[in-house]
Amino acid sequence: MRHVVVVGAGPAGLAAARAAVEAGARVTLLDAGDGLGGQYWRHLPDTRPAGREHVLHHRWETFRELGDALRAHPAVTVVPSAQVWSLERPGGGVRLNVLVGEPDGVGRDALALEPDALVLATGAHDRTLPFPGWQLPGVYSAGAAQALAKGERVAVGRRVVVAGAGPFLLPVASSLLQTGATVVGVHEAGRIGTLARGWLNRPWELAGAAGKAGELAGYIAELIRHRVPWRPGEAVVAAHGDGQVESVTVARLNERWAPIPGTERQVEADAVCVSHGFTPRLELAVAAGCALTPSRFVMVDDAQATSVPGVWAAGEITGIAGADAALAEGTVAGTAAAGGDTRTATARAAGRAVSRARAFAARIESAHGVRGGWVSWLRDDTVVCRCEETTYGRVREVVELTGSHETRSVKLTSRAGLGPCQARMCGRTLEELLGDTAPPGVDRRPLVVPVRLGDLASLPSSHPHPTASHPTGDQT
Amino acid sequence: MAADVVIVGAGIVGAACARSLARAGARVIVLDRGAAAAATSAHGEGNLLVSDKGPGPELELAQESLRRWAALAEELPDELGPQFPSIEHEAKGGLVVVASESGLDGLRRFAGTQRAAGVEALEVTAGEARELEPDLAPGVLGGVHYPQDAQVQPVAAAEALLASARRAGAVVRTGVEVTGALQGANGRLTGVSTTQGDFPAGAVVVAAGPWSAEVAERLGSRIPVLPRRGMVLVTTPMPQRIRHKVYDGDYFAATQSAGAELQTSAVIESTRGGTVLIGSSREQVGFDDRLRAEVLAQMARRAIAVFPFLAETNVMRSYLGFRPYVPDHLPVIGPDPDRDGLWFATGHEGAGVGLAPATGDLLAAVMLGLEAAVEPAPYAVGRPTLRGHAPGPIGEARL
Repeated sequence: MRHVVVVGAGPAGLAAARAAVEAGARVTLLDAGDGLGGQYWRHLPDTRPAGREHVLHHRWETFRELGDALRAHPAVTVVPSAQVWSLERPGGGVRLNVLVGEPDGVGRDALALEPDALVLATGAHDRTLPFPGWQLPGVYSAGAAQALAKGERVAVGRRVVVAGAGPFLLPVASSLLQTGATVVGVHEAGRIGTLARGWLNRPWELAGAAGKAGELAGYIAELIRHRVPWRPGEAVVAAHGDGQVESVTVARLNERWAPIPGTERQVEADAVCVSHGFTPRLELAVAAGCALTPSRFVMVDDAQATSVPGVWAAGEITGIAGADAALAEGTVAGTAAAGGDTRTATARAAGRAVSRARAFAARIESAHGVRGGWVSWLRDDTVVCRCEETTYGRVREVVELTGSHETRSVKLTSRAGLGPCQARMCGRTLEELLGDTAPPGVDRRPLVVPVRLGDLASLPSSHPHPTASHPTGDQT
Repeated sequence: MAADVVIVGAGIVGAACARSLARAGARVIVLDRGAAAAATSAHGEGNLLVSDKGPGPELELAQESLRRWAALAEELPDELGPQFPSIEHEAKGGLVVVASESGLDGLRRFAGTQRAAGVEALEVTAGEARELEPDLAPGVLGGVHYPQDAQVQPVAAAEALLASARRAGAVVRTGVEVTGALQGANGRLTGVSTTQGDFPAGAVVVAAGPWSAEVAERLGSRIPVLPRRGMVLVTTPMPQRIRHKVYDGDYFAATQSAGAELQTSAVIESTRGGTVLIGSSREQVGFDDRLRAEVLAQMARRAIAVFPFLAETNVMRSYLGFRPYVPDHLPVIGPDPDRDGLWFATGHEGAGVGLAPATGDLLAAVMLGLEAAVEPAPYAVGRPTLRGHAPGPIGEARL
């Protein structure tokens, strides 16, 4: 029986797991979280069930159905709290090294998996561009605010400003409203002309993405109902406060996202949520040797196959197109990885949905993609790397003194990107400041997550492991 | 304008050669197919060691280099200004520890030979070792303290040497790959052709680390330099608990070995940033950069055997790099006997940062006919111990 390992239990991973098992494979589904759903369906733990998840979550029924089907299936092993800390490529195959248990726990179980096929559905985390004051308490990434709202029912503040770029700002504002916060405004960096060109170009393509458009329309209606202004062509260019955000400066932007002098205004707020798009989690794909696209997503073909035989990819690591796309891509990837027939009606329908999703992703990128003018809202004392507190001024100074524009050198001479987050937050920013954006760049992290030295030391001393393709028990 | 010297490779060795030559008045161009200090120099610890070297030419070069680094630590900030990234020179000293009586005897005999060659090597008891490093494992029986061992931050050091070379007139061109030789009428090498055009020069120095054999071949010569892979683990920052460079007694054996199989030994130290660097491994697998978990596991076991508290710390990053390995474990510094106009400064294996300043000075002295601080003959390209080591296809282990 073909063994398919799926990494990531968000929409793409869940759909892939189900498609693979339906195509006849044995499936192991790994996720770092303590339950299924990923970031998209992040919810209260099952021990604290809530009656209204369906209000906070789109397609909650889809999620319930997928989760139930997988838990019930005898050929599926779901392994929660599973950190894939590295990927090896012995001979022609891949080996995933996994630690199972609480991330801070001692003596986690080590698992080595050598699947016949691997589906990567590792998702993305939201990207935040730096601005003066962004390290103040009260400044949140929109993803963190969303996670708190969905996972803990906690609003990050009473008067909250939402800013950045992309459709993701809308569900974030919605989650905040539903947890009782006042959303002062939603500021979208894309100007109305750019948004219109991005969204209204080739309108016939949008017909196929009606579900997505309807979802966004619903969010906009909600903003209007709560009298929340949605303002395109604007950005939060500074946050102010004494030890905590007290106000922000909002400015209008030109086409290149550079603030237009004289348009700045102060807005009182005790929290600001920012998101400027998403950074795919590429560590495993890079370790596997998968080719990346110039815009640095995993390159896949029509069957979601990567450039590496035996490795498929689905969801946000192949492009940011939302949950419908992730579900469709997962279905295609899971079917193909299991050696199933991708010409069945279901798989072909999913394939069509994938094409629509790619057009949709391109639309998001052209409407909301980061434009280089944002750099002009930085000041010399603006912190670029929060772990090491390296400022924009220091990065510029080091570049001028050494003459080096190469990320690795500038990291080591300015210390930007060397801290505990390993440039996950500032890496792309640093690369753009230096003009050194060739893949894989900072996305190469052979150690996918931090690992306790004791856990490394207690790995079995030679492969293959006796546990190799037989994860013990169903740990759901 | 033709250069006097083209240096191929902008790592620590190329940078040191550029500085020495430019300050001696030569017109220097440094070429690198990638970025400066981005390959081997950026994937090591920046060790300046005498502790792992027995009496002989490499130790002499290391001793000279240690003096040069101490002087550079003062000269470079004076020259480049206080805002230039610090090379983080620190003479923190090394401590070699062992956990067996036989290991202790061997280590002490070795230290005796080093002392005779002028190395400060102080025998320490178990108790003295723990005074130097309170968190050592209970099983440590004693060791040798090497107060002269030091370190620099290798990338900052290479950038500083390059910046200093530029101030002396050198030109550094990155993203330029050497594709072939320019040939004079009498067969003499008169420069290099590259992806960015021709660079005529009176002499060409190959300082391309583990890629030196490939560059040599493009320039019509051969040199037996092979890649020897190594890894370094980096922990998350913590309050400093390790004060010296601490090695287990097997480190010397590993550096001197020729085996192609995986070898690990513990080399542990704290950095200014609060992280702990954990080395080291040696493998001859060509330029294969695929991770092997087995290597990390062995390194972790070695490190915990020396400092048990490390078991609880998190490793957040791993480096993987390639050392330029030469079969007789000595760097190659000097002119190619068979190819007029071609020079080498390579093959330093894991000691390139430590040996760079003396290498640059020696190369400049031989090339320009100046007085050299060390005797050049042991490092000569045509030395007897390298004969018969005709290199195989590029990137393939031959041993």
